[in-house]
Formats: sequence, C-alpha cells, structure tokens
Amino acid sequence: MSSTPGGQSAAEPTHPSGPPDEELEKSLARQSFRRRLRYFNDQFARVSIAAGGIGVIVAILLIFVYLLLEVIPLFQSADVQQVADYRLEGAADAGLLHLAVEEQSEIGMRLDADAVVTFFRVADGGVIERRQLALPPGATVTGFALASEESGLFALGFSNGTALIARYDFQTRFRQDGTREIIPHIEYPFGEDDFILFEDTPIDRLAISERADVLLLAGVNTAGNTNLIRITQQRNLFSSFNLGGAAPQFEVESLSLSIIVGDVDQLFIDGDQRWMYFITDRGRLSLVDLRPALRGQASSINQVLDLVAEGRRPTRISLLLGDISLLVANNAGIVSQWLLVPDSEGQMSLQRVRSFEVGDSPVIALSPEQRRKNFVVADADGHVGFYNTTAHREAYNEMLFEEAPEALAISPRGDTLLAELGGGEISVWSVHNEHPEVSWSALWSKVWYESYIEPGYIWQSSAANNDFEPKYSLVPLAFGTLKAAFYAMLLATPLAICGAIFTGYFMVPVMRRQVKPLIELMAAMPTVVLGFLAGLWLAPFVETNLLGVFSTLVILPVGILVTSFGFAQLPDHIRHRFADGWESALLVPVVVLLTYLSFIVSSGIENLFFAGDMRSWITNDLGITYDQRNAMIVGLAMGFAVIPTIFSIAEDAIFTVPRHLSYGSLALGATPWQTMYRVVLPTASPGIFSGVMIGFGRAVGETMIVLMATGNTPIMDINIFEGMRTLAANIAVEVPESEVDSTHYRILFLTALVLFLFTFVFNTLAEIVRQRLRNKYSTI
Amino acid sequence: MKQRFKRWIQSGSPWIWFNAGAVAISVVMVVGLLMLLAVRGMVHFWPSDVVRASYTVPTASGEQQTVRVMGEIVDTETIPASQIIASGIPVEERTSGYQRTLMKLGNRDLTGADFRWVLNDFIHDMDSPAHAVVLERFEWGNFYGFLTGIQEAGEAVLSTAGGSDDEALWEGFNLRLERALQLHEQIATLEKDEIGRINYQVERLRLAGRRLELSGDDTPAAMADLEQQRDVLNREYDAMQAQLVELYNQVNRDTANFETVDGQQTGISLADVVRAYRPNAVGLFSKLGIYFSKLWEFLSQEPREANTEGGIYPAIFGTVMMVMLMSIFVTPFGVVAAVYLREYAKQGVLTRTIRIAVNNLAGVPSIVYGVFGLGFFIYFVGAEIDQVFYPEALPAPTFGTPGLLWASLTLALLTVPVVIVATEEGLARIPRSVREGSLALGATKFETLWRVVLPMASPAMMTGLILAVARAAGEVAPLMLVGVVKLAPSLPLDGNYPYLHLDQKFMHLGFHIYDVGFQSPNVEAARPLVYATALLLVAVIAILNLSAVAIRNRLRERYKSLDM
Repeated sequence: MSSTPGGQSAAEPTHPSGPPDEELEKSLARQSFRRRLRYFNDQFARVSIAAGGIGVIVAILLIFVYLLLEVIPLFQSADVQQVADYRLEGAADAGLLHLAVEEQSEIGMRLDADAVVTFFRVADGGVIERRQLALPPGATVTGFALASEESGLFALGFSNGTALIARYDFQTRFRQDGTREIIPHIEYPFGEDDFILFEDTPIDRLAISERADVLLLAGVNTAGNTNLIRITQQRNLFSSFNLGGAAPQFEVESLSLSIIVGDVDQLFIDGDQRWMYFITDRGRLSLVDLRPALRGQASSINQVLDLVAEGRRPTRISLLLGDISLLVANNAGIVSQWLLVPDSEGQMSLQRVRSFEVGDSPVIALSPEQRRKNFVVADADGHVGFYNTTAHREAYNEMLFEEAPEALAISPRGDTLLAELGGGEISVWSVHNEHPEVSWSALWSKVWYESYIEPGYIWQSSAANNDFEPKYSLVPLAFGTLKAAFYAMLLATPLAICGAIFTGYFMVPVMRRQVKPLIELMAAMPTVVLGFLAGLWLAPFVETNLLGVFSTLVILPVGILVTSFGFAQLPDHIRHRFADGWESALLVPVVVLLTYLSFIVSSGIENLFFAGDMRSWITNDLGITYDQRNAMIVGLAMGFAVIPTIFSIAEDAIFTVPRHLSYGSLALGATPWQTMYRVVLPTASPGIFSGVMIGFGRAVGETMIVLMATGNTPIMDINIFEGMRTLAANIAVEVPESEVDSTHYRILFLTALVLFLFTFVFNTLAEIVRQRLRNKYSTI
Repeated sequence: MKQRFKRWIQSGSPWIWFNAGAVAISVVMVVGLLMLLAVRGMVHFWPSDVVRASYTVPTASGEQQTVRVMGEIVDTETIPASQIIASGIPVEERTSGYQRTLMKLGNRDLTGADFRWVLNDFIHDMDSPAHAVVLERFEWGNFYGFLTGIQEAGEAVLSTAGGSDDEALWEGFNLRLERALQLHEQIATLEKDEIGRINYQVERLRLAGRRLELSGDDTPAAMADLEQQRDVLNREYDAMQAQLVELYNQVNRDTANFETVDGQQTGISLADVVRAYRPNAVGLFSKLGIYFSKLWEFLSQEPREANTEGGIYPAIFGTVMMVMLMSIFVTPFGVVAAVYLREYAKQGVLTRTIRIAVNNLAGVPSIVYGVFGLGFFIYFVGAEIDQVFYPEALPAPTFGTPGLLWASLTLALLTVPVVIVATEEGLARIPRSVREGSLALGATKFETLWRVVLPMASPAMMTGLILAVARAAGEVAPLMLVGVVKLAPSLPLDGNYPYLHLDQKFMHLGFHIYDVGFQSPNVEAARPLVYATALLLVAVIAILNLSAVAIRNRLRERYKSLDM
C-alpha cells in the first residue's frame, strides 16, 4: 500500500532537511502544479467516467426507445394534405365514368360518358393527351364496367347493344440521361372490334372480370335480359414475345345465362369467375352461380338477400382488392363488407362480416385501393374516410370538401388521392397512410378473413399472390410461446426446486461444491446444441420410445421412494456408514438403472398392447395428431435449459437462510424435513418464486430450441404432440425476409418489443422480490 | 411393517429422498448429455471397419433378389414388423420386432443414395475384406470398393489383371495420391491467395474509378492511370491462369480403377481423392493415425459438399474473430459503466433502479438484441455510413448489410450487462478499509481507483469477460439476423489491405450446427459432423465457464485473507 503516489506525495512536504529558499519555492511551485494536475486528473476522470457510464447505460436503454420508435408508426392515423386544386382544361360536362392515377402519382386519367379519355399531369392539371374512343355510329355510352383498378381493363357498353374492351396503361421508360418518363396509352388487348352482347337493345349495365387467360363480359339490357361472353386467349409459346406483330388469338363464346332479374342497378363478377351478383337500386342482391352457364347449362339464382336495411338504398358498391369481398355503401353513411361463406349445408351465401360508419349522410364515392385491403370513401357532407377492412380500422376521417366529390381515385401506392368535384374540377391530396392494416383488434381478436368460414386467430404474413390478405394475429404466436414455456416449466420447476431444496439444505458441502457448478454449467450450454439434440436425436428417439418416456415418469418417482424405504429398513450399522446428505449420490445409479429398465419394460408392453408402435396407435386409434417435433420435445429440451436458471437462484435463496433459524427448529425437536418445510421454505419462498419467474422469462424468449425442435407452424392447439410457433422463433424466421419499414417488419418489431417488455417486467419483479428477501435476512 | 412404514413417512425421509432424486436426475441428465455429445462427436473420425455382405430381401412376388452391399455400419435399431410390412416387404408378424442396421454404402455417384437400412435377418455371408478401400472424395462423398488398377495419362501402369499384387498396387496408388494432394495444395494457394488478391485489387480499382467519377475528379490522366494499373493486374492474372491450367493438367494425370462390391467398374481421378485407407487391413496405431489426421482436417480445413464434409476451420475462425472484437467493445464500456455505478454515482433510488434494469437486460431474449442490431445498426447506422463513406459501391451496400462489425456490436450490447454485473460485484467485495487507507494517505479518488481498486477488481472483470465470451460464443439467434452466413467465401482477416474486413459476413460454429443439422440436403451424412461441431462448441464454452469459476474462487480466497 505504501507504494501508492498518495503516500509519497503526502510525505514530501515534511522533508526534514529544508533546502534554500529558492529551491524551496521552486519545489513548492512544482508541488502545487502537481497538486493541481492531480486534482485536474481526478476531476477529469470523474467527469469522463460519469459520461462513459451514463453513455453505456443510455445506449443499453436505447434498445427500448428504438424498438418503440419503430413500432409507433403502426398506430398513427393517416395524414392527408391538399397539394393541388384545378379545373381540367376542356373537360366536357358529360358525366364522369372513371378517374385513375398511376403508380408514381404523376399522371392521372379521366374517362367521361362521351368516351373521351383525358390523360393529365397530376401536379398542375395540364392535359397530356385527349383521345376519343371509337363509338359505333350513332351510339352513345350506356354502360361502363372496370375489371380492376390494377389492370386498368374496362368495358364500355353502347346503346346499340355492343361493348368495347380497352385498357389504360402507363409505361415507365428511362431516357439516356437516366431520367424517368411515363407514357400513358390506351390499348385493346382483345382487339378494337366491339363485342355484340345484344342485338340492338341498349346495354344498361355491364360487368367484366379477367382471370388468367379468361375474360368474362356480362351485360344486362334495358329489357332485363342478361348475356355473358367468354373470351379465352389462345396462348402459345411465342405470344408473349409477340413476334412479327401477329394479332393475339381469341376464342369468343356467347353463353346464355337465361336469367331475368329486374331493375338491375349494379352487376359484378367475383374474382374466381364463379359468382355473379345482380343488385337492384333498392339493394336486393341476387346471387348466381356461373359455373353451369360456363359449362353451357342454365344457371339459376342461388340466393336473394337485401344488402341494406329496409328503407335505405345502396349508394356505391364495389369489389375489394382480390374481388372476393363486396363493399356496399348506403345512404345512411355506412359501408359494409360482405363475404361468400358456406353455411352448414355447404351452400354458399353472402354474409355481412363488418361495417364502417363514415358519417350520417349518404356515401357518394367509394374507391378500393389496389395493393391493400383498403378503401377510401367520401360522403355527401364532404367527409373523406380511409378504412382497412381486415383490421376493421378507420385510419382517417375528416371533412375535406365543402361539396360532395363525385368520384375518388387512389394511386396504386396509396399515397395520392384524386377527387373530382364535378365538371373537371379536380383536387389532389397527398396521403400518408402507411400501416392501416394494423389495429388492436387485428392483432389480438378474432378476425373474419376473406375465404374463411368463420372468424379466427391466424398468423400468415406473406403469400405468393399480390392481392393476398395478410393475417397478423399475434394470438397464435403468443399462444405458442406460452405453450412452449408451459411444458418447459412443467419439467423444470419441480426438478429445479426439489434439486435446490436438497442441494441447499441437505447435501453435504463436499458434494455441493461439485454438484452446483455442474448444474450451473448447464446454463452455459449453447441453446443451439440443445435444439440440435432435441430435433435430431431426442425427437426420433421419443417417437420410437414413446411409452418408455411415459413409463419413466411413473417408474422413476416410485422407484426412488422404494429405494428410500428399502434404505430405511437396512440395519443401522450399514445405514450409518453413509452420512446424511449423500442420498443423491446413492440415487445416481438407481436413476440410471430405473430409466434403462423402464425403456426395456415398456418396449415389451408396447409390443403386447400397441402392436409395437405406440405412435401409430395414438394417431390411428386415438385420432390425435402426432408431429415428430412437438411440444413435448420442446418441453424436455427447454426444460433442460431452464433448470439451471431456477436451480441456481432457488438454491441461493435456500442456502442463505440463516442457519440459526433451522438450528432453533431442530433443537425444538422438529425433524429435518419439518424444519425444511415449516421454517426454511417459507423464508426462502420469495427467492424460489423469483427463480421461477426468471426461468419463465428465459423460456418465453428462447429462440433456437424452439426453432429447431418444433415444426414452427403457427397453430393453436394445446395438444402436447403438436408443435407451435413462438414469438421469438417467428422473429428469427421472418425478419430477414421482411421489407424494411413495411407493416410486416414493424409488427415483428412490435413482437420483439412485447418480448422485451414481458421479460423485463418479469425479471424486474423477480429482482425486487429477491432484494426484499435479502433485506429481510439481514434483519434476522 | 405397518409401524415401520408409518415411522418412515413421519420421519419425512421420503420427501428428502424425493428431493435427492431430483438432484440425481439433473446430474444424470447433464452428464448423459455431455457423454452423448462426446461419444457421437468423437466417433465420427474413427475409421471403422468396412463390412461386406449379401442381402436377400423377400419381395411380394416371391422371387428373391440378392444384392451385395459393402460399407460402414452406422446404427442399429428395432422396428415393429407392421412397419416393415407397410413398406412392402412381406415378413412374418412377430411381437419382438425386427433388428435393422443403417449402413453407409457411399458411392453416391453410382447408386444415388449413400445410406441404406438393411434388416439383419436377411443378411448373410458377412465378412470384412482386407483389401477394401475407403476413399474420401472432394465430391460425391465416400467411395467403397476394391482397387484394380492405376492409369497414368490414360495408360495402364499397374493392374491386378496385369499381375500386380494388392500391396504393390496400393503402394503405387498412395505415392500418386500424395503427389496429387501436393498439387492440390498448390492449386488452392494459387486460387485462393494469389488470384483472390488480384480480384480484390481489381475490385478496388473499379471502386476508385467510381469514386473519382462521383467526386468529379475523373480527369483523363487519373483514369488512364487506373487503366494502366488494371492492365498490370490483368497481365498478372493471365500468367497465373496459365500456371493454374498447367497445374490442373498435372493433377488430373492419374486415374485409379476401382471395382465396387457389386462388380461395377469405375475410374476415379486422383484429383478427386482427399484421403484413402484400408481400414480392415491396418492395425490400431494406423487407425489412430487416420483418426488424428481426420480430426486435424476437421479443425483446419474448409467445408466441402455443402458443409456436410470437410472441416469447420472458417466457422472456428469466424467465431473467434467475432468474440475477440466483441471483447474489445465490451470490456472498456462494461467496466466504465460498472465503476460509475459503484464508485461515482450517488447511491440512491435512481442508481438502484438502473442497477436492477441493467441486471435484467441480461435476461432479455437474445433475439430482441438481434432485431435491434438489424434495425438500428444495419438499416440505420450502416446505411448512413454507406451514404457518407462508400458512395462508390452503392447500390451494393458495404456496411448497410449484416457483417462482422454489427454482429460483434450486437453481441457486445447483449453481454455488457454480464460484464457490468460481474465487475460491480468485484468492486463491492473490495473491503472499505482498503479504500479508506488509500484515501487517508492523501490519494485522490481517481488515484485510489486506478492504483488500488481496479487492480484488485481485475479478476472480477476477467470473470465477467469470460462469462460474456462464453455467452457470446454460444448465441446464435441474434447472429442469424446480423451477419452469420452458411458459407463465407473468404475469412474476415486476410492478406489484402485493410486486412481486417469488418463489413464481411462470417461463419459461426453455432450457426453451422443449425444450418448443417437442419438446412442441409443430406442430413444423414452430415449428422456426425454436427455432433463433432457441437462437441467442440460445448467444450470451448465449458472450458471458458470453468475458468471463470476458478478465477472467481481464487478471487474469493484472496479477499478472505484481506479481511483478516
């Protein structure tokens, strides 16, 4: 200690033989400098250590803040700002048929009832191109139908009973200097000729549907007759290259539907081209199965129902993205979503799955989005609302207009809204609506998804097709997490606590010094190794020795008790050779032997009763699904990983119970077990409890074991023989593939945040309990 | 008896035994697991005997077909008769089931599958031919057969048909194999080191050119200079390419003719052979030699055949590299934070809360750190770095993609609580009297800390660091998001400037286990390798942990004496 500088410097001033004054002064100056330097050093160290320490702690806490920042946008409402407002030059007064915006929100398209297509710049309304579509001589436009916003394929019906099919399209090209150029154009993928639906009676309503190579065009004339045309594209190997400008080949068939529905106001064909909806202006829907008609037979009406309540009228009807759901807006400001669902007899019928309240006045305009299950509506008061059907969420609802807009168009990316206020008056809005598909109910409640027969909890974040409805229910993942943790705790808690009781109180110190590090070594075992063994060794082993595993559960405890009783019956002089506290060592061979025995015995039993194969007996005779990698495997492997955590903390708690407490109890005549049970355990119980909580936290967050030891299917079933997918494994599987800042990505961050908070809260509680316990001991 | 039983119950000893049983079960589980790993991991390298047998399976049509099989016995098990019948082999029902053996037959290029289950009941004429040869090959896995001749540049040199005896043939084969292996080594050096270096330099020139373009300094002179450098490199490259072609010609000179057990003749180029031995013909010591040579290959070579064969050297290297980088990050920060919390911060409610919070961060699932690392380090910080420092490489990301640096940082964040907690514990154990003594002698607080407290706490820091390293070495989940790949083309540390490539992706032992065990095309063949890898990982981590425990115990002894 004497070598510290402090010691030396303290000694210097009292140097016995004083030097001359000058030198003294010099020396004093030097010393005062040194003192200042030391003082400065001390202060500097203080500041820098404080800064460093606080910095590190802040950096760690940054995790929480960052996760939160990534998650917050999920729950923010949409934001809509006006960017432009203009009157389209030369727009005729003829009624508006359709309004659209392209991908980059640079060019808009307006189609009016004179069959004039106007392409214009979205920013300022400058007209780029105006084109008159060919009308049959003397005819006027009497019907219009759009296949989908995405394809831009539409049909115009004329007063002479014919129809024209065309497509508006925007091609993006890059010029030499790398700038982008978007060229709008109109094309006729099915030829420029008109298709004849009716002989000389005007088409009243039209429907068009495109699916793969088949196009269906349906029309109703003013007399209420229905006709259907099927156009099949003959695709050959070279058609996609379009060599030599050869015209594509089509096969056109006219199919009679032989159905008469009066007063048809709207007509739709669903995405599978199987159902057709006839809707009257009173909202009465007739559902027609198209399949007989497509086979050349007569179709009939399957179901008739009212889409709106008595006394109300539907104002706008549209198919949602994917053409599965029908959106019906009515004059009371309500938009409802309808799905075809099979009833108990397998008959398909349309059912209302959810509805949205926009306001009190009639809904005037409705436009579905092209890439998400979103739609935007405007009502007569000028309210505009953005909604997501899956999440049943209103992302935005504000009064944007003084007067009601006639039509709305939303860009494919969902970031630009165009509203036509009539007569070519167009207002442009920029929309910031990033994550409408998330809501509390979408994450945690049952949701009725498209093509499902009932609401359910489903996690399915991606699929191959574009119009897929993402299913972000966290319930199956949370369920899987708790299921895995539950089975792990089922194994770990009794083993760890019992082990801790014996090791902490009864075991001889010599043995304890060996056993404790050994079990704690388990904690350091890489979970990837445990997972690998569980998946590739344990899972097949358990599958073939199922009965053996179960019989071990019975034979081991019974065998231990029998051994104990047998030992107690031994003559004293033998029994006393083994001091108390060595029971564990005695039991090690017993455990090994018993386990071995139970596998031998059970394989015989299995041969006798289960035809040698209990696994197929479970599947075939009990009808229980058996996955090779199931919850039991996870329970065993993860239980193994959790045991040391609980053991270590619980053992500490029991071991640190002051010895004089138990001595007192023993002195009063209690048996060791009574002392343990009545004195030591109650005192140590908070510590044991905190150990269990920390163990549970670890089981909840464990990734690799679950990833490797289960099939990772997000199902909800308590069955011990089936797998699960946990929150942590889900993150590991899906994060690398999710697009940055997409809804999916942020939801995965949300699950990470949930895991973080869950384990953090659990661990903090455990820690507080433990600190309380420590304080209590210090007073005893 | 009844009395005894009652007394036994009352004594509470059944409960005590019950608890003792729990300890026994836990111990058996741990030891059993370690033994399982050890046995399966070590056995992999043992050159087991090659067995030849005839296998006659009854078929549904009644005709009997005999196949000759030769290979190593991997596994045996009992399966119920119903399962065999279900697979189309008509056997009698019997309750005891049937024994079957998994044989590694190799020869995947000839037969399509290298493993086969055979029913023991239908095996006959089993023997172990002394001259059976096992070839380990660069492609197609093992080969089992008999050497029949050697060809040099298409000309038969030695052959059994030509009268050479087995031993002479085998000797000739080994000589030529040694030559081929040496050539192979030369080729590997040339391809990996020399040509790799040139490619790397060419890429750097391209980036340099792009950087000049971006900054507007792309004067003709500068570009011509780059072009000239490129020409030099290209010429160098061409020379090496010629050398390489020559080496390939040489290595492909010799071919050995083999006959498989079912009489098929095949020629195998010596360039394809990694190792050849005759396990049935050699004694225990030669087998040990082969064992250690295989073990050495496992530790020092690169993986082959989609990681299912060869060594795991890049994974060991990657793990060590990542852990070392992580230690460099974690030690100073962890120690500073601990010193602040224990020595400088005011000990109040806030500090206590922070301490609990830091403590609990050690319990936060590691995957959460992975998500944070991916989102914050890679997509946010990394992308910014790319914008500012590596615009020439864009749109290919440099640091905006998972890599070594981000993996080490993420793991440093994951393990910093461990270091903080351990260091704090060490600081707390230092007796107050020591500190007060130093202060009383006039030392400032910092001097006391620097000269007295920290040296005494250094074993605790060591413990913390070792525990952190042990934890980091075993973590896989976060690494899957921030930088680990199944096969890295080069090591993150090499002879090319700047030598340490922090942006590179790397291989990792833990991820190797996951990947080979679960994503591999040939799990059966890869399984022993995975056991060996797992054993290595567990051994490293166990050693680290045990040394942490030892250090901790020594530390405690030391303070006990100080307290006197």
